[in-house]
Amino acid sequence: MLVQRMEIDRADGRTPNQLRKLACSRNILNRAHGSASWSQGETKVLAAVYGPKAGTKKNENPEKACIEVIWKPKTGQIGKEEKEYEMVLKRTLQNMCLLTVHPNTTTSIIIQVVNDDGALLPCAINAACAALVDAGIPLKHLADDFSSCNMLLSGRKWARYTGPKQDRRAAIEGICIFSFSKFDSVCTS
Amino acid sequence: MMGSANSGDLSSEMEVDAFRRLFPLRFHERHLLESIRPDARMLGKARDTTLALGAVASADGSALAKIGCTTMLAAIKMEVMTPTAESPDMGCIAIDFHMPPICSPTVRPGRPAEAAPVVSKQLSDTILSSGMINLKDLSLVRGKASWMAYLDIYCLDADGALFDAALLSAVAAFSNLQIPIVALNDDGRVVVVSEENEGGKLKKEPVNKEKRKLKLSSIPFSLTCILHKNYILADPTAEEESIMETLVTVVLNLSGQLVSLYKPGGQFLAYTSAIQDCMALTRQRVKELKKILDEAICDMEMD
Repeated sequence: MLVQRMEIDRADGRTPNQLRKLACSRNILNRAHGSASWSQGETKVLAAVYGPKAGTKKNENPEKACIEVIWKPKTGQIGKEEKEYEMVLKRTLQNMCLLTVHPNTTTSIIIQVVNDDGALLPCAINAACAALVDAGIPLKHLADDFSSCNMLLSGRKWARYTGPKQDRRAAIEGICIFSFSKFDSVCTS
Repeated sequence: MMGSANSGDLSSEMEVDAFRRLFPLRFHERHLLESIRPDARMLGKARDTTLALGAVASADGSALAKIGCTTMLAAIKMEVMTPTAESPDMGCIAIDFHMPPICSPTVRPGRPAEAAPVVSKQLSDTILSSGMINLKDLSLVRGKASWMAYLDIYCLDADGALFDAALLSAVAAFSNLQIPIVALNDDGRVVVVSEENEGGKLKKEPVNKEKRKLKLSSIPFSLTCILHKNYILADPTAEEESIMETLVTVVLNLSGQLVSLYKPGGQFLAYTSAIQDCMALTRQRVKELKKILDEAICDMEMD
């Protein structure tokens, strides 16, 4: 995956490979067993982890722990997009956690979108990882120590993109979201 | 008997079916060691695919696609609507994917299946972003009337690779689509001219003279693969999907350009070489699917 220099005018004057300012804070919610907030520029996501709680859901394997993800959008009702994000997050996080340590339990991860300004899914993956670490859930590895990122394709060249959504969505030719583990391989894309 | 090679554990006295239910992963891995799958397919081979166009007579375009046992029925209904102010010369496509309880024992009436909204969104994204349909073709009168195409895909049998079958049936339905004739009625609104009125008794002037077909460019075709240890299994069945959870879906168009690569998490992390192998398998599959689609269109035109 080569990243080449290119001339893209980005609205905020960033170079193609430059990320926005990242900020993370943990333990912000008192009631949750683990919580974290992750922001990339203006995009901010809050993640809370409750668990492990007793019992698994109906069709899940009782010999392993079960992960449940609930995605709450900033506005509007829960629709297909939210369900897709839930599924992607669940599959990614399920394979990062050591499920056999607490069998027959459920860990719930609730994602609340505080502000969406592009690169929402990577921000959510990072926030969820941070919240899981804060809750002390045993993990095999992290999604590359918190760096999933969005890549923008325009005119056959790639640029790392965590930029604002509104003005760029129309202009882009493709969006890729890659989540890497420490083994330098793709967990989610 | 399958299990007789394992000595000293329960599986040595078991029949094949019981071993398959109780130790599914080991059952499949025993097959993978011989580079074959339980249904005697090679690892990179997809199941038999058939397409039937025009399956639903009352719809404007429809198709029934079967990949192995996975069956999808796609139907398109066209409706006239007012275009939005931002795009007055473009029509609209609404794609919905349904999994009724008939398709699988795990889907219950009243509780929508987990996979349904995800596949629905994936389909919308793929079809709209691949540029297969130029929305300007769906326009009737700029700023006043344009077509809204409702594409509904029903899963009749869910046996793995749902997205592949759904995409194939959607593409086939669009290639079978005939845009109906419309006319302006007395209120100045555009209405669809029904078949009975056609025998020369038309009071209204039709806006478009004859039923036309949509022109499709860069048709997307897809292949879902499972990654398990260092094996890549193309076109999984539902049993394989439930045991080995790491799926990769690659969507390519006819010129070999990548439309979408989708790997939603999963136990096995994919190295670059695995992804490239999946792409190579998809390229072969695109050629097969194109042939099947062309044959189905020819059969339809001959009738």
